[in-house]
Amino acid sequence: MSLLKSLGAESLFGDVSRMDKRQFFYQVLSFGMIVSSALMIWKGLMVVTGSESPIVVVLSGSMEPAFHRGDLLFLTNYPDEPVRVGEIVVFKVEGRDIPIVHRVIKLHEKSDGSVKFLTKGDNNSVDDRGLYAPGQLWLTKKDIVGRARGFLPYVGMITILMNEYPNFKFAILGILAIYVLLHRE
Amino acid sequence: MHTVLTRGNAILAYTLSVLACLTFCCFVSTVFLDYRTNVKINAVKTLVKNVPNYGNNKELNDLGFITFDLQTDLSGLFNWNVKQLFLYLTAEYKTESNELNQVVLWDKIILRGENAILDFKNMNTKYYFWDDGNGLRGHKNVTLTLSWNIIPNAGLLPTLFGIGEHSFKFPDQYTMQPV
Repeated sequence: MSLLKSLGAESLFGDVSRMDKRQFFYQVLSFGMIVSSALMIWKGLMVVTGSESPIVVVLSGSMEPAFHRGDLLFLTNYPDEPVRVGEIVVFKVEGRDIPIVHRVIKLHEKSDGSVKFLTKGDNNSVDDRGLYAPGQLWLTKKDIVGRARGFLPYVGMITILMNEYPNFKFAILGILAIYVLLHRE
Repeated sequence: MHTVLTRGNAILAYTLSVLACLTFCCFVSTVFLDYRTNVKINAVKTLVKNVPNYGNNKELNDLGFITFDLQTDLSGLFNWNVKQLFLYLTAEYKTESNELNQVVLWDKIILRGENAILDFKNMNTKYYFWDDGNGLRGHKNVTLTLSWNIIPNAGLLPTLFGIGEHSFKFPDQYTMQPV
């Protein structure tokens, strides 16, 4: 019990026992507010950037030393912005769940605006034709999820930890939820 | 009221906000800088062959061979928010089938602290110069440019063209001998 006391758990549960119904509802509502505003920010970013996934975490070392595992990339995907060689694009390949972050190294654009391009990871020795769907030789605009515009190191490590240790994820989410629900403002 | 949890929470929150603030200052201090500089490029040897492209459609495609000279001093581009430069040499040209063709022929990664004064003579390309068809033989205007993508510690990822480009012609005949 003394451990609980020193962790402040007693005062935490004390808060709850002193709450009436009205206050408890208020806590639940403010919890809902946090969840829905996070969702609103994410969906809002999707509208502003035009990308279905405006922030991605780098999951592999194929772009080292530029991007390491756990770095965060901010994407935009404006349809009238042309794709050019040297850009870092995030693309999806049929049959693979996880999008890939690689650089465009070859590009051919026809006069009607249709464009096909080939990508390669900076740290890979060969281009990406082996990663594409069987028989696919080029990427086109519809494969693009976004183009990398901004970079923030390390922050995505949390997501990687959460994906690799699901128990850790549930523990963190559980503690946060309990804290928000039980703690009085 | 100062339990282990509240103290730990305060320390963690303060550390994170100071780190975030410093990172943001680092980004703002470099966001308006001009990262362009002069580059001298010259194509030395230019050959074109017509061979089957087994990596692609297995048809006969034009394959260019060039060697190039490159001179530039990029050491002025580095500052505390430039972790790495990604240099790439692009050949850009127009053919009958494609309005725009861009092929990266060579690239190089320069980390901060490494030698950024480049002086290459008669360098070979790193990647094959495959055309998407047969548009290279006798081509009058292929433009070589050097560009760089700046990888910061935190911030934007700008791509810039070097000032100074070079245009060259491909010969009117295919080369038959092995290169």
